[in-house]
Amino acid sequence: MGTFTKSATLAVPGLLAASGPLMAQSIDQQVNELFASSTGWFVNFIFSPFPGTSFPWIVAWLVIAATIFTLYFGLIQFRAFPHSIALVKGDYSDPNDAGEVSHFQALATALSGTVGLGNIAGVAVAVSIGGPGATFWMILAGLMGMASKFTECTLGVKYRNEYDDGTVSGGPMYYMTKGFAARGLPGGKFLAVMFAIFCILGAFGGGNMFQANQAHAQLTNVLGDYPGWITGIVFATIVFAVIVGGLKSIARVTEKVVPFMGVLYVLTALVILAMNADKIGWAFGQIFDGAFTGLGVAGGMVGALIQGFKRAAFSNEAGVGSAAIAHSAVRTKEPITEGFVSLLEPFIDTVVICTMTALVIIITGQLIADPETGLYLLNESGSAIQTVDGNSGVALTSAAFSSAFGWFRYVLAVAVILFAFSTMISWSYYGLKAWTFLFGEGKTTELIFKLIFCFFVVVGAAASLGPVIDFSDAAIFAMAVVNIVALYFLMPIVKAELNSYLARLKSGEIQKFQ
Amino acid sequence: MASKIVVGYDGSTSARSALDFALNVARAQGGSIVVAHVLEWSPYSFLSAEELAERHKRRSEELERAEQALIKPLLKDMETSGVDVTAEVKYGNIAEVLVKIAKSENADLIVIGRTGHSALSSRLFGSVAGTLAQAAPVPVTIVP
Repeated sequence: MGTFTKSATLAVPGLLAASGPLMAQSIDQQVNELFASSTGWFVNFIFSPFPGTSFPWIVAWLVIAATIFTLYFGLIQFRAFPHSIALVKGDYSDPNDAGEVSHFQALATALSGTVGLGNIAGVAVAVSIGGPGATFWMILAGLMGMASKFTECTLGVKYRNEYDDGTVSGGPMYYMTKGFAARGLPGGKFLAVMFAIFCILGAFGGGNMFQANQAHAQLTNVLGDYPGWITGIVFATIVFAVIVGGLKSIARVTEKVVPFMGVLYVLTALVILAMNADKIGWAFGQIFDGAFTGLGVAGGMVGALIQGFKRAAFSNEAGVGSAAIAHSAVRTKEPITEGFVSLLEPFIDTVVICTMTALVIIITGQLIADPETGLYLLNESGSAIQTVDGNSGVALTSAAFSSAFGWFRYVLAVAVILFAFSTMISWSYYGLKAWTFLFGEGKTTELIFKLIFCFFVVVGAAASLGPVIDFSDAAIFAMAVVNIVALYFLMPIVKAELNSYLARLKSGEIQKFQ
Repeated sequence: MASKIVVGYDGSTSARSALDFALNVARAQGGSIVVAHVLEWSPYSFLSAEELAERHKRRSEELERAEQALIKPLLKDMETSGVDVTAEVKYGNIAEVLVKIAKSENADLIVIGRTGHSALSSRLFGSVAGTLAQAAPVPVTIVP
């Protein structure tokens, strides 16, 4: 995968005249080599294919889980969709509970943890490797993932810990231990420990290094090349100020700006699509054709499918368990309501935002096809589709948007940095919750985690995309392995909650307040 | 006629003037007063994951602080006023909550103090008096 990355090590003289490009190059290279060699075995295990095929077992694992949840809960993502919107609007919120976390706030916070580079850079990776057809599988995975998210977030609220001082801790670690105990099943504690370990790795990987890496790629795209460790140190300092120094103002500003950036991103995408309205039919044609034939990409249809499913899971984190941590803070008498609200998350994240990115990349003609056969041309190594100027990752999305509006690259640079930052802050919290679950709450243990977290920001910015994205995917999917096992055992509890709630909604026992 | 008056109260001097005005009206008419302290809150604001987890604790602390620092001393002060004064502490949009309390208490009048904000800031952020003028179900008196 590393082949489609512009090397971040070609230092531009002037930006780094004093310390010298050579030294910078060697630091970045050393970090990269050390990182790739120490994480390779883990990545290989998670992405190992079924014997005799090129189909990674982990992708099948996620798809099968999403399908089972979708069927088990009777297409809940479509049945409950209108009710989910009513819940977010506050139609069912007791006015006397004003001042508590609302459904909207829990959704917005969970979204700002997931909407991020997965939607911008991840989608670009998916369509450049898997072709336009990857978009189809991505949307399908997003729709199915809604059921996984529903299951995990209901459990997150139901089995959270509430402390005497009024704070809460929730997430898969807690439903694994308490939920398994409630059902009289063994092994809950073991799963919880495994999950917590993978959650910490995921926080360092997808929630941190991937973000730092792509933020740096975006900065070099605008400012010109310079060594990654510089971006890393700047980012690490700001993250340090927020999570260790308690500089809440930065986090608060980000939390407020990120949603506007998200809306601006979607609106710009819609304008670009409107400007190319005549090509929308063609783009969807490419998406459908590519979904079943591959249109010449490496691996054909299976290649498109793998990329689509992988990037959807990475972007919306359905089945991963991270959102259950954020959603568990809502105070509600009905845990299932938080499940309903959370199923909007993969919809907004993947079905709306990711699809926008993919359509803009396809419609603006970033992917180069052979005019005679209609098949996409591959790059020299044959691993990805040739793109205009050889862009990949976030640079590809940037090129697609800037081809319509030149100034958008600057907006995107700001958006990417803010998204990266807010995702890092969210994941530092998820990781910390897992860390304190393992090592106990306490100032020193928390500080150790936070310092390691900041260290990985630098590593992520300095390493090249290939090893970073491999490790990030692997860690996040490892979380899903453990989490989904727990969801299988606990889904009857969710079903009981669902049936009870729907019956009371039908009988009129649960009513709107407005 | 025993009238009921809702007074928007935030501890400021103009809020105190509003309360004094309401006391005079209540004394003259033999009415009662509901002091409403509203903590500004929107369910559509954005919080970080850490703030979410601490929200319930913060809310309890904020209510406790309002009760101890504002409402308790005020009610003690009012014991000698000869008027029946009760208090409510609520979260929400100030004008909306005042309207809601006026409705649920079947009040006859809402009294608020003037904030002294400039025309510009009122235009940008909206003013309580302006919203009440549009939405109140009962007469509103603004006391300078």
